[in-house]
Amino acid sequence: MLPRPGLSPPRLSVVTNRGRLSAPGTLLGQGGPAAPDAAATVATKKQATSRTNELVPPGSLSALAGSYGLRPSAARPPVFTYLRQLWQRRHFIIGFATARTIAMYTEAKLGQLWQVLTPLLNAAVYFLIFGELLHTNRGVPQFIPFLVTGVFVFNFTQRSVITASKVMRDSLPLIRALYFPRACLPLGYVIIELQQLLLAFSVLIIIVLASGEPLTWYWLLALPALALQTAFNIGTGLLLARWGAGFDDVSQLLPFIVRTWLYMSGIMFSISALSLLSGGVLKDHPTLAYLMQINPAAVFITLIRNAVLASARLSFPGSAPYNGHLCAVYRFQGDNHHYLQHNPGALYYSAHCHPIISTPQLWMYGAGWALAALLIGFVVFWRAETRYGRG
Amino acid sequence: MADPMVIVDDLHVVYRVYGASGDKGTAATALVRMLRRQRRPSIREVHAIRGISFVAYRGDAVGVIGRNGSGKSTLLRAIAGLIPPEQGAVYTDGHGALLGVNAALLDDLTGERNIVLGLLAMGMTPPEVKEHYQKVVEFSGVGDFINLPMRTYSTGMGSRLRFSIASAKNHDILLIDEALATGDAEFRVKSHNRIDELRAQAGTVFLVAHNLGEVEETCNRVIWLEKGTIVRAGDDVPGIIDEYLVATGGQPRAREPAKS
Repeated sequence: MLPRPGLSPPRLSVVTNRGRLSAPGTLLGQGGPAAPDAAATVATKKQATSRTNELVPPGSLSALAGSYGLRPSAARPPVFTYLRQLWQRRHFIIGFATARTIAMYTEAKLGQLWQVLTPLLNAAVYFLIFGELLHTNRGVPQFIPFLVTGVFVFNFTQRSVITASKVMRDSLPLIRALYFPRACLPLGYVIIELQQLLLAFSVLIIIVLASGEPLTWYWLLALPALALQTAFNIGTGLLLARWGAGFDDVSQLLPFIVRTWLYMSGIMFSISALSLLSGGVLKDHPTLAYLMQINPAAVFITLIRNAVLASARLSFPGSAPYNGHLCAVYRFQGDNHHYLQHNPGALYYSAHCHPIISTPQLWMYGAGWALAALLIGFVVFWRAETRYGRG
Repeated sequence: MADPMVIVDDLHVVYRVYGASGDKGTAATALVRMLRRQRRPSIREVHAIRGISFVAYRGDAVGVIGRNGSGKSTLLRAIAGLIPPEQGAVYTDGHGALLGVNAALLDDLTGERNIVLGLLAMGMTPPEVKEHYQKVVEFSGVGDFINLPMRTYSTGMGSRLRFSIASAKNHDILLIDEALATGDAEFRVKSHNRIDELRAQAGTVFLVAHNLGEVEETCNRVIWLEKGTIVRAGDDVPGIIDEYLVATGGQPRAREPAKS
């Protein structure tokens, strides 16, 4: 049995005039051993129930809290403390990510095979509809690896932001049960998607090699590009996790925004080909072509394509010295089937044209997007740290 | 006197509830509302806690009683720092861990993974997790179910596992919201002992329970809430419980004569 303190509380004098007492006059006698009868007579008439709070010591409570070093329970930690806490929970983040990946496919017969099958099937659909029916493969030397790389890379960003926008709502029980830095959750989801992407990349390597692309040292450039993309996804994920926690509208609207983004990012077509070719729709819209090319998804996709696909790198405008004649050949014959059958090398003449943006600029944009997203996303997410449990 | 662990200073909590709408909730009404630039009429403010103050000390077990909707769960969430106060403040020494009856961790994961993740989330390192894992499994007593997803657990088993995870670490402040109500008699004894242990290690425990016997056995202080305000709060646990019972139209609890 627990020690039960004496029934005559020492802190009866405590009732300060903080407005908690509706009837301070009835205080006397309440502290005494509450005989059931006495209590009953007080309580049967509800209005007569005295309000006594013996758990408030005299004096200012906030001063008392200060003198014992107590801190507001709903206070968010300073930025660097928060980052340190996040680092401490790295095992949790990884564990959470791994567990989620496993759980995601437990109901499916093919299990985690879907991690690779889904983007592959997507790529197959795009190949049929865009490549074969709508001929968006114009001006691209090796369309299949070009398309598959684009789909896989975009899929990483797409899934990261969509899952991140829902994570705070989906994990409400966990958030309400345990305290941990909330940024662990969107971070964990981006790491899940990164794991999926790395798995998908092993399939991509097979497809790329099977289509006749050589294995070169340039492939290593995919790693810094992926690192930048991951940083961008984390930042965007944090931002959307914050918004998605407040309004469900965000996760309703997001799929449409992301689909528009998908069509604008040069996945099933080449932005530079469409702006160069004489029949290209972007030919007379250089500003639009520029905006499409500097959008973060297009930047990361282009960087990774140029790393793993020799055909993309060698045909990338600006990768060879400018040559007006060869460039003109590409512009006017690049989508001419008959001409290309006899001169397949003409598809690579686009290298002699002026680029929309050069390769160093691509890297700068990539780094800029990653840094900006990370900074803004982190600050926006962190500022709302104490509000995620509200639901 | 022991050090204060939780100081609640004139706390007000206001919920904004969405979806309590009066309109038909169709797309058309939503559109009309937007065209007229009206705010969603469905946003209602619920003033759940209206000016509560108290201090809890190291080693206290504080019972919170009151009718449904009197603000008990809200108070616990505010202490855990999960709901920001509208006015006033809650000061705590460290973070509180809140155990609620509905707080499933990750439903589609096995009990085993939930334990590991729960312990990691509380800030343990992998070696510490290894060290505590077996204890948590034994304490929860879920047996072979540990390898099954948590959605297959009965309500009681789920709450046992949650309590075991949350109490594996010596929290300074443990907030229990009806989480023990669904456990069986054996688990009730175990959890009761564990709460005593936590108190002995100078932690503070808050317990919301409709089982007043449980409150009386476990707690040395009690707070009676009504419509978001304190009706009575003090050390006289049996007295306040009796008064509460009478006020709700019941009889005072029949007790054994007090032990000396």
